[in-house]
Parts: sequence; C-alpha cells; structure tokens
Amino acid sequence: MSFEPSDALHDPAATDIRGRRDQLAADEGPPVFEALENYKLTVNGREREVEGAWIGESLLWVLRERLGLPGSKNACEQGECGSCSVMLDGVLVASCCVLAADAVGSNVRTVEGLSPEGELTDVQRAFVEQGAVQCGFCIPGMIVAIHDLLDRRPDADELTLREAISGNLCRCTGYGRIFAAFHAVKEERARAST
Amino acid sequence: MPAPSLPSTFTRTRRAPGLGESVLRPDAPAKTRGEFAFSSDLWMDGMVWGATVRSPHPYARIRSMDTAPALRIAGVHAVITNDDLWGSRTYGLEHHDQPVFADGVVRFHGEPLAAVAADHPETARRAAGAVAIHYDVLDPVVDPEAAMLAPEPIHPAGNLFRHIRVRFGHPEARGEVVVEGDYEVGMQDQAFLGPESGLAVPSEDGGVELYVATQWLHVDRDQIAACLNLPREKVRLTLAGTGGAFGGREDLSMQIHACLLALVTRKPVKMVYSREESFFGHVHRHPAKLWYRHHATREGKLVNVECRMVFDGGAYTSSSTAVISNASAFAPGPYYTPNAKVDGYAVRTNNPPCGAMRGFGAVQTSFAAEAQMDKLAAALDMDPVELRLRNALKTHDKLITGQVIIGAAPVAECIGACRDLPMPEPLTADAPVMALPGGAGLTALHGDVRRGVGFAVGFKNLAFSEGFDDYSTARVRLELGPGDEPLATVHTATAEVGQGFVTLAQQIARAELGVHEVVVQAADTQVGSAGSTSASRQTMMSGGAVQMACSAVREVLLERAALDLHLAPADMVLEEGELVTKDGAASVSLADALRAGPIEATREFHHAPTEPLDENGQGNAHWSLAFAAHRAVVDVDPELGLVRVVQLATAQDIGKALNPLAVTGQIEGGIAQGVGLAVMEEIIVEKGRVKNPSFTDYLLPTALDMPPVVQIWIEQPERLAPYGAKGVGEPPTISSTGAVVAAIRQATGLPLTRVPVRPDDIALAPETATGRA
Repeated sequence: MSFEPSDALHDPAATDIRGRRDQLAADEGPPVFEALENYKLTVNGREREVEGAWIGESLLWVLRERLGLPGSKNACEQGECGSCSVMLDGVLVASCCVLAADAVGSNVRTVEGLSPEGELTDVQRAFVEQGAVQCGFCIPGMIVAIHDLLDRRPDADELTLREAISGNLCRCTGYGRIFAAFHAVKEERARAST
Repeated sequence: MPAPSLPSTFTRTRRAPGLGESVLRPDAPAKTRGEFAFSSDLWMDGMVWGATVRSPHPYARIRSMDTAPALRIAGVHAVITNDDLWGSRTYGLEHHDQPVFADGVVRFHGEPLAAVAADHPETARRAAGAVAIHYDVLDPVVDPEAAMLAPEPIHPAGNLFRHIRVRFGHPEARGEVVVEGDYEVGMQDQAFLGPESGLAVPSEDGGVELYVATQWLHVDRDQIAACLNLPREKVRLTLAGTGGAFGGREDLSMQIHACLLALVTRKPVKMVYSREESFFGHVHRHPAKLWYRHHATREGKLVNVECRMVFDGGAYTSSSTAVISNASAFAPGPYYTPNAKVDGYAVRTNNPPCGAMRGFGAVQTSFAAEAQMDKLAAALDMDPVELRLRNALKTHDKLITGQVIIGAAPVAECIGACRDLPMPEPLTADAPVMALPGGAGLTALHGDVRRGVGFAVGFKNLAFSEGFDDYSTARVRLELGPGDEPLATVHTATAEVGQGFVTLAQQIARAELGVHEVVVQAADTQVGSAGSTSASRQTMMSGGAVQMACSAVREVLLERAALDLHLAPADMVLEEGELVTKDGAASVSLADALRAGPIEATREFHHAPTEPLDENGQGNAHWSLAFAAHRAVVDVDPELGLVRVVQLATAQDIGKALNPLAVTGQIEGGIAQGVGLAVMEEIIVEKGRVKNPSFTDYLLPTALDMPPVVQIWIEQPERLAPYGAKGVGEPPTISSTGAVVAAIRQATGLPLTRVPVRPDDIALAPETATGRA
C-alpha cells in the first residue's frame, strides 16, 4: 500500500476565507417550525423541562441533545439496531421511534438510570469482566435490553436471550462474549439466591 | 474557546499486570454506563448542525445550482458549494481524485454537492433539501468490463485504477488435472454502528480543532489542511470515541465539510450522519468477478494457478490500487504453487466508491480460490482438507510474487488443528424449531433440513506493503504521580476503534516499566503519526512503538540507578518495579530514581522495508503474513433456501496472544462479518443506485444468526514482530465466508459461485429444479 502525503497548499498568506459572503444567511425567511413546544419529561425519576422544542423531535434526540443524556445511542434511528433502547413505563422501546412529546406523563428509564453514579449493575460488571465490550456503541442498548429480559424472565435460557437481543445489533463482538456475560450474571444471581 | 465535553479515551486503572493476560479494557465500565463520549455525543455552547446535500443520480452534469432557497430559511447560517472552496478541491488516500463538493458533474449516487449549517438538525436537513439543483442526467457506467473499454472515461484520470499483472515461474504450465470456474462477490458494508460524526471548532489562530471518529488522524489532517489551505499545525485533530471502523473510516466523510462550515460560520459545527447517509458516506468492500483455472498433478500438488479478476472500485480511487495488489498477490490462497498467471484490475465506474474493509482484497480471492480447491479435490477424488494440507505454504516457500516467506507460516498446523476441533451435536428430531433454518418464522421441518460441512483457509499481509514507509510513534513519560507513586503516560495517535489498543498500551507500559499506574492519553495529532488502525497492524506497529519508547525510558532509569550505586547501567536490571543489581545485592526504587525528574521518550517503530511489485508482479512487497483455517457446519432448508450456520470452528495463526480475551473477541467478531457476507450482507446497487441503505434492508447477523465459535490458536512467535505477536483482526473474516458457502454446497449439491448466497440461489436454482423433476 502506498499512501502519498497530501500536497497541501501551505501558503499561510492565502489562508483567509474566500467563501462567498452572500452564502452566509441573514435569517430573513420563514421559520421551519410553525410552533415550538414546552413540556416536562420524567427521566430516571427526575422531572426534566424541555423548552422550545420542535414537536417532531424523537425521544432519543431529546434525551441526547436537550437533556444531556447521550448514553442512549443513535446507530440507525430507524428502530432496527436497538442501540437507543430505553424503558418507557416499564416497556422496552426504541427511543428513536418514540416522539419525545408522546412520552409526557410516562416514566423514562435510560442506561444512565440503571445504577448510582460510579457503580455498575451486575450486568454491566459482567460485560466488563467477560470482554463483551469492544467499540461499545451497541452496549448501552444491549445492557438495557438484558436487564429487561432478566427482570421479566429470570430463568431465561440462551435461546431466549438470543431472541430477546436479536433487535440489538452488535458489529464488533459476534455476540459470543455477550452471551458469556449473560451466563455469568445468571450464575451470580443463582449463587446469591441460594 | 473551551474544549468540548470530551471524556474521550483518557483512561486509568490500577488493575492487572502485563502481557499475555486477559487484562480488562479500561474504557469498558464507562461504555457500559453510557458515559463514554462517542463522536456523535459531543456538544458545545453555540454549536450549529451541519447537513450534506447529496446527488440522487449516479451520473449527471450539474446544469445549475441555486442555494438561495436554503439561505432564506430562518436558522440557516451558511451554505457552501464547490464555488466557495478556497483550498484544494479534491482529496483522496492515494490519488486526490475525489471532489470535496461535486465540480460540474456527479459520479455516484449520494455524491456531496453542498453543505449546510443551521441551528437545528431538522432545519439543516430541510435547507439541504431546499438547494435547487438541475441536472442533465447521464447513463451511468456500471459494468466494470465496459468501463475499461469506454471511449470517454468517467473521470479525466481514466477508468482503470490499476492493473496488477503477476507472472511467476512458467505461467503457461499445464497440470494433469484442471478445474476452472467463475465467481462473484457482492458489495459488503462495514456497517460500523457509530455513524460518521464529529465536532469542528474554529480556533483563535485561524485554524480548526476537529474531534472525530477515524482510523488515521494524521492522514485525515493532511487532506483536511490541503482543502482548508491551512498549514498542518493549524489543523488539530483529536480522536473522539469511535463506534467501530472495519476500514470504513479510512477515507474522509464529514471531516472537510464540518471544518469548512466551522471556518465560514466561526461557530462549532456538529455533523452526524443518519444511517441512510452513512451508506453513502463511506466506501464499501469491492464487489468482484473472478475467473480461476487451477492446474494440479494427479497426486494433488498445485502446478499453476491462473486468475483474472475485476474489482469494481466505483467512482473514486480511495485505496483500490492497494486492494487489487493484495487480491492479486494472494490469489491462490495460502498454498504453494510453482507457477502463476494473475491479472487483477481495479476499475472506475459510476457505482459507489469502494475501498478498505476488513480483509482488504484477500476476502474476494479467498472465496473464489477456496471454491476452486474444493472443485479440485472433487476432480481428484481427494479429501478437500488433505488437498489443502498437501499444498500448504510454509516458511521459506515462495509466494507468487517471488517473495520468500521468512516469518512464521503455520498453515498446515492451522488446517490440522481446525479439522480436529469438536463437531457440533447432530441435528435431532427434538431440536427446537427456533433452532432450525428460518428460526422464529417456524418454516422448516426437521426431516427436510440438510446439514453440510465446509472448510476454507485464508491469509493476508499484516501492516502496509509495497514500499510504504510504515511506522508508528509513541511518547512515554514516567514521573512521580500522586502519593509519590510512579505514573506512566502513553501518548500515541493510535485510533482506538474498538480493537483494544488502549488495553494493550497499558499492558506494555506495565510490563516494560514495572509500574501500576498507566494513563493512556487521548489520541491526537500533537504526537507523531501512528499510521492507520487497519491491516491488523496496531498491535505490532503501535505496540512496537510503545515498547521502544518504554525501553528508552528504562535505559535512563537504569543509568540513574547505576549512578546512585556507582555502577554501570549494564550491571542493573528493572524487576518488579525495582532497579536492582544483577547480583541482587542492591536496589533503587522507581520512585527514588524518578526524584531527579520525569523521564520522557518518543520513538518510532518502522517495520522492515518492503518494495513495490514490478511489471511482472514480483517483489518483496510484504512484511509479516497471517493465516487462519475455518470449518463451518450449516443446516439448510432447501425449499425456502434458508441457511442456519450451526457452528464455526477456526484455528488461527496469531504469533503470540498478548491479551487472550481480546483475541477471542476479535476472532468471534471477525467471523460474524464473514458469516454475514456468506449468507446475508449485500449493498444492492441497480443502475448505480443504492437500493437498501438501511438496517431494515441491509441485513447484519443478529444474536440469532451467529453460531457458536470454537477457536484454537497456533502460537508460533513471529520473529519479525514485537513480542512475537501477529495482528489478529482480519484473518477471521477472510476465509470464514468460504467455509460457510462450502458447507452449503455440501448440503445442497449446488455450485453456489456467488456471495452472499441468497435464498433464491438455493430454492430457485436450476439444479434444484432438475433434481426435483
């Protein structure tokens, strides 16, 4: 492989910006949004104000960009990858496919709300210890989905797990260490209950 | 301006010792808590959002473009096009033939035409849609064979990116047994989960800071600086959290656009691609058509391999020239052949640009060459594994490029070990229907399901080849940290994209310096280049650089201790955090040696020089090689053409495992991508248009699709490489595809010469119809 270095035009005298100034907009036209909304969301047990929001914003976007909770991820924003998984009134949903304004009056729990600051849940710890994390982009959604499964089905077997997280795409791990983490959690919980 | 919210890859743990142990990732806890800042998570006060205007046509002349309708929208800050550029108008990894914005003509579906900055991403998207563009639509050139002969090239630089002609031994040699075939590989996507994204911040000196997910900060920087007409030192890049890469981040995506918008608006600009845009925003794996003719003796020794292959590089060069070089050099697979005649062509078309993806040229040829080996075994009435063993490459053999292998080449060991791995349980009548092909669809009947087993072997080069001065830089600083405890800081520009270099850097520093506290600083362009996180190279290259820098620091430590004790440095060694005399009589603690001040060293690791291929495709073009064997077991429902991969077994040549848990994960993840190419992954392009740019229609292996992976490692230390370790990322992807397809062939009796194998290829195959009649 032979990568040539760039033939950069290194003339510092010529570094002023010659972009056409008329390309800078003057904010004269009509607004894109007919109205902006104010509403309150309950996220991880706290009431949060959303101000001046476009009604079309997804719950995922509002969590990430307005409420400072970027743990829920934006891998597809089409409801296919599960990286944005959150609990809405106890039901696992793809937050990219929920309008934020529709979540008014509901309890939203995100990955940030699973454990107190600085602590890991048993699922999170097992992911760390079993090598289930590589790039990590799918991991928050995966963690939320596995907590949901184990809450609903503490006795879930591996095939049930595979079905449950088949909507959580991972491109790095091939899922092998994620299955290992799941088994580690189940074993740990079984030991704790005896 | 303040730095953006960037916890980044800055990491620190107290846990765990050195090399060869399954040390845990320092960034994993934050990643599980959602607290790790990826490139799409960045935020700054006053930032605006960028969006890209893209061509709906694969080939068209731009008659007119009017940005005024976009500029009139309230909340829009700027719209920039080719007319507004003040630096280089093109960029590229090897040839600068890709326009920053289309310059009078668009050459692929999704080519950028303009970029918009607005105060809300929806406003930016609508403004992008409001840019009025009129096109003269042209007939796209989508057949690479036709493109090679086209009288009018698509681009002034011509339609042939590169022809590699390999002539080795007696290229016309004939064998007693001859098999030939045509093969095809579809276009695969890297489908990293973290979309292309980043934050560009104008700096007070007229330059720009860019926080971005990438594979190679310095080559990004050089291309960006040229397009901004800025000196390189005014373009500062920092690696933001990177959600996977797999080759798809080697070329630029939003980098130049975001920086241009930041300089024009004087505001921080955030750009985040949607998944659909991501399919248009990065290069893909080259689709390829390959013809092979294998010649062998009746005893099953290869006599000659002939091959002609055409790789569709799409509209711009990217790394096509290097991909076709690899594909051609490794065309026969990991077998010794005394003669070879290979012609590899990488061609420009109006299809989406193609470039680097895990396996880099070796994937396409491995699929075809391994099918040929099975065909040859059938013609010889020989066990396919036995045929492979008889021809396995070994150290001191010649490649078809004339290069003698001097590193470890345990091919026969990989084949034998893989063959001997345990097989899965046979399919029984009480297996859950969910576990049959078709899964939750519950479409298969136990009695109809046919099982098959297939085998394939692959190899490729590690690190960069053909005369490129491939190196990585590391800066290591050792000082007294809090509590007077020795603290090492490792600073590289190595892109951590998920592979685990942050863990390895800590392991090496601990092993070399005997310290517990190791901080891995965020990767940026304030230290020398690390080269690309690609070609399975960072364990060897950046690992080697960290080792060298640590050694240099250790030399100073030994000098200081020796001075204290009135001895020579040669009389001292560093052991378990103490500088001790070789006779063990006296010692100086690290902390004491560091009281004289911090020690810092910067070192570059260069691998042994290589040379370009000559006009006959001959030359010592490669450094170290890595090999792997794969065995797949599949269940097939022939009526619906559905496949379930039951097990994937592999034996891989890894040199030496520096972090066994990380190696395990790389192999499992690489195999998932090979399985994906075998049975589901394909970007469908019709007349130059991408038909399935979404995760709804581009299928990735899910947790239900992935088989258990049974793996064994062949650990023959690589004498060429630091610690004897080979890179492990790519070999799992190379021949796992071929193994799966071989297994489907065995289950169905169909030739299956194309990947991915689609349900129609099985259920509607003419052979299937004949068989039933």
